[in-house]
Amino acid sequence: MSTANHTGGFHHAHHFDSAEHQYESSKQGIWLFLVTEILMFGGLFVGYSIYHSLYPQVFHAGSKQLSVVLGAVNTVVLLFSSFTMALGINYVQRGLKNKAIIALAVTIACAAIFMVVKFFEYTHKFHVGTVPGKYAYTEELNASGEKVTKVGALLAEANKLSVAEREHKLHLDETEYEHLTLLERTKNWPLFFGFYFVMSGIHGLHVLAGAFLIFWVLLKVIKNQVGPEYYTPVEGVGLFWHVVDLIWIYLFPLLYLVG
Amino acid sequence: MAHEQHNYLNHQKGIWSWLTTLDHKRIGIMYFIAIMSFFFLGGVFALLVRAELFTPGKTLFSADVYNRMMTYHGAIMVFMVIVPGIPAIFGNFVLPIMIGAKDVAFPRLNLMSWYMLMIGAAITGSTLFLENVDTGWTFYTPYSSIKTGMGVIPMVLGVFIIGFSSILTGLNFIVTTHKLRAPGMTMNRIPLMVWALYSTAILQVLATPVLAITLLLLIAEKTLGVGIFDPQLGGDPVLFQHFFWFYSHPAVYIMILPAMGVISELVATYSRKIIFGYTAIAYSSLAIAGVSFLVWGHHMFVSGQSEFAGVLFSFITMLVGVPTAIKLFNWIATMYKGSIRLDAPMLFAIGFMFLFTIGGLTGVYLASTGMDVHFHDTYFVVAHFHYVMVGGTLMALMGALIYWFPKVTGKIYSDLLGRISWVFIFSGFNVTFFPQFILGNMGMPRRYYDYLPTFTELNQMSTFGSWLIGTGFLVGLFGVFHALMKGKEAGNNPFGGKTLEWTIPSPPPHENFDKTPVLTGGPYEYR
Ligand code: HEM
Ligand SMILES: [Cu+2]
Repeated sequence: MSTANHTGGFHHAHHFDSAEHQYESSKQGIWLFLVTEILMFGGLFVGYSIYHSLYPQVFHAGSKQLSVVLGAVNTVVLLFSSFTMALGINYVQRGLKNKAIIALAVTIACAAIFMVVKFFEYTHKFHVGTVPGKYAYTEELNASGEKVTKVGALLAEANKLSVAEREHKLHLDETEYEHLTLLERTKNWPLFFGFYFVMSGIHGLHVLAGAFLIFWVLLKVIKNQVGPEYYTPVEGVGLFWHVVDLIWIYLFPLLYLVG
Repeated sequence: MAHEQHNYLNHQKGIWSWLTTLDHKRIGIMYFIAIMSFFFLGGVFALLVRAELFTPGKTLFSADVYNRMMTYHGAIMVFMVIVPGIPAIFGNFVLPIMIGAKDVAFPRLNLMSWYMLMIGAAITGSTLFLENVDTGWTFYTPYSSIKTGMGVIPMVLGVFIIGFSSILTGLNFIVTTHKLRAPGMTMNRIPLMVWALYSTAILQVLATPVLAITLLLLIAEKTLGVGIFDPQLGGDPVLFQHFFWFYSHPAVYIMILPAMGVISELVATYSRKIIFGYTAIAYSSLAIAGVSFLVWGHHMFVSGQSEFAGVLFSFITMLVGVPTAIKLFNWIATMYKGSIRLDAPMLFAIGFMFLFTIGGLTGVYLASTGMDVHFHDTYFVVAHFHYVMVGGTLMALMGALIYWFPKVTGKIYSDLLGRISWVFIFSGFNVTFFPQFILGNMGMPRRYYDYLPTFTELNQMSTFGSWLIGTGFLVGLFGVFHALMKGKEAGNNPFGGKTLEWTIPSPPPHENFDKTPVLTGGPYEYR
C-alpha cells in the first residue's frame, strides 16, 4: 500500500507491525505456494505411476531411448545451482554484495546450461521421431493396416543400410539402433514420450521461470534493494529454485532410470 | 451528506484508483461487480436452457446450440460465480476487519487474483465467438479430448487461470488469518465466518492444483495427442474423471463452506443469542474440508470401478453428513428461544437451511451405490446439486449482500425489497427443482436436448419456476440500486451485530481501524 512505515532502514507495509512480522508472513505465503507446486506435479507423478504399472514394457523401452548421461549432467548442474543459490542467499544476508552477484549469476548460468542440454535432448528426439502421441505417426499404413510410426520409417531406412552407413548417413549408432528397434516392437510406445515431454516440459517451464526470478533478484542486489535487513525476495526465489531442483531429482530416476 | 466523512470510498477518486487499488474492501467491491455480471450472463443461459426444454423436441434452437448453452451455463456458474462468489466478495471485505487487521497479508497478490479472474473469464468467454464448446462443465474425456473441436483449449485454459486466482485468494486468506489477528484475537475467538473462510482457503490451496494439472493434461492431450486419456493410444478416459473429481468434490465444499460461515453470522445476529456450539461449528468446517478429499469416487459408481471401491466411497461419503448435521443442529439450537427477527437476511438463512437439508439428504440417496445406479446422470442429480449449490450458496450470498450492504456502502438495503426477492427466489426455486427430482426418478436423463412427451408437464413447471427465480434476482438487483439512491443512512451497527466490523464506521475508513482493537472475549456475546 502507498503508506509505508520506516523502521530500521527498511520499509514494511503499513498493515504489518514490524519488518519481522512481514518477513514471517511472506515466508508462510511462499511455502504455501510451493505446496501447490508440489501438489500439481503430484498429479503428474500419480498418472505416471499408474501407467507405469499398466504398461511396464512401454516405460522400459522408452526410458532406454533417453540419454542417462545427459540426464545425469543436468542433475549435477541443478544440484550445483541449488548450492550456489543457497550461497547467494547467505551472501545477501551477510551483505557481501559482489559475492552474492557472482553466486546468483552462476545459478542463472546453470539454468541456462540445463536448458541447452534439454534443447539438444529434445531436438534429437524430434530427429529420430520419438515424440508424443499423434506426432509419432506418419500418414503411411503398414501391411496390417496400422499407421507407421516415424521411428518405424527411420528403421525401415536404416535396415537397408550397412552399419557404417547408418552411422554416417543417419547418425544412428548401434546402441541407438537397437533401442529404437526395441521401442518399435513395443505396442503404444508414444505414450511414454507423451509423459516424457509433458513432465520434462512443464519442469522446463519452471526452470525458465526460476531463471527469470533469479535475474529479478539479481537486479535487486545490484540496485541495493535487498541486503542484510531485507532479503525476503531472495529467500523466496531461492526456495522456489530448490523445489524446481527437487522435482527434477524425482523426474530423473522416474524417466531415465526406472524404466 | 452533511459533514463529509473520510472513508475508503472517497479516500481516492477516479476509475484508475479503483483498478489499481490495494484496499481489500475496494477489491471486494470489484469482485462483486465482476461476479454479478458473470452471474447475470450465466442466468441468461439458464433461462434459455430452461426455455428450450419447455416442450419436447425443438422449441427455440437446435441441439447444437443447446449443448453450448448448457456448457456455458454450467462453467460460468461453477467456476466464475459459485466458487469465487462468497470468499472473493464478502471474504475480501469482511475477513480482515473481522480479525482486526488493516488489510489482507498480500494486498498486491489480492489485486492480482482479481485480474487473473478477469483474464481467465475473458479467455473462457472468447470461446463464445470461436469454436463450438459443448462438453458440459465437467469436460469429460474422451469426448472433450478426441471428439469435439479445439475450442475446448481456450475454454479450459481460462478455467486454469481462474483456478490460479482461487489458489492465490486462498493462500492470502490463510496467511492473513494466521498472522494478522489483532491482539487477543485467538483462533478460538475468530468469528465463524472466518473459520469457514479459513477452511475454504485450505481446500482452495490443496485441491485446485490437481484441477490445474488435469486441465493441463487435457490441453496436452488435445494438442500433442499424448494418449493419457485416449484409449486408442493406450490411455484411460476414466482417469480424467478421477483427477477431475479429486478436485471437484472438494470444490463443492469450496462452494458451500463460506455459505455456512455466512449463515452462522446471520443466525447469531438475528437470534440475538450467543451462538450455540461455537467450537463444534468451527471445527466441523475443518472436518468437512478433510473428509471431502476422500470421497471423489462417488461420482464414478457406474464407471466400472471395483465394487470394493464403490462400497468404501459410499461409506466415507455418508460420513460428510456428520459434520454438516453438527452445524445445522447448532444453528437450530442457537435459534431456540432466541429473539428471532425475520428480517430479509434471516429469511435467506432459513431458506438456506431448508433447501440445503433437502439437497444434503438427497445426497445420501446418491451416495448409496444401489440407488445411484438408478439415479446417476438423471435429473435427480441435477436437482440434488442445485438444491445444495443454488439453494445453499446463492441463498447465503443474498443474505450476505443484504446483511453487509450497510457496512459496505453506508446505506440500508430495503428490507421489504429483500423479502420480496426472497419470496420469488425461494418459491421459484422449489417450483423449478422439485419437479426435477420426480423427473429424474421417472428416468429423464440430464444434459439431453429432447425428452419423452410424458415428461412435458413437469418440465413446463420447472421452466415456469425459472422465471420466478429470475424475477427474484432482478428484484434483488433493483434493491441494490434503490438502496444506493434512496437508502437510509446506516450508522455503525444497524442490526446489532457483535463482530468487529460493526464497531467501526460505515463505510469503514481507509485502514479499517483508527486504533488496533484489543479483544477480551469471544464473538457473539449476546447473553
Ligand atoms: C455440500 C454441498 C454439496 C454440493 C455443492 C454438491 C454438489 C454436487 C454436484 C455439482 C454434483 C453433480 C456433479 C456432476 O455434474 O456430475 C453432485 C453429485 C453428487 N453428490 Fe453432491 N453436493 C453436495 C453435498 C453432497 C452430499 C452431502 C452428498 C452425500 C451425502 C453428496 C453426494 C453426491 C453424489 C453421490 C453425487 C453423484 C451423483 C451421480 O452423478 O450419480 N453430495 N453434487
Ligand atoms: Cu462429490
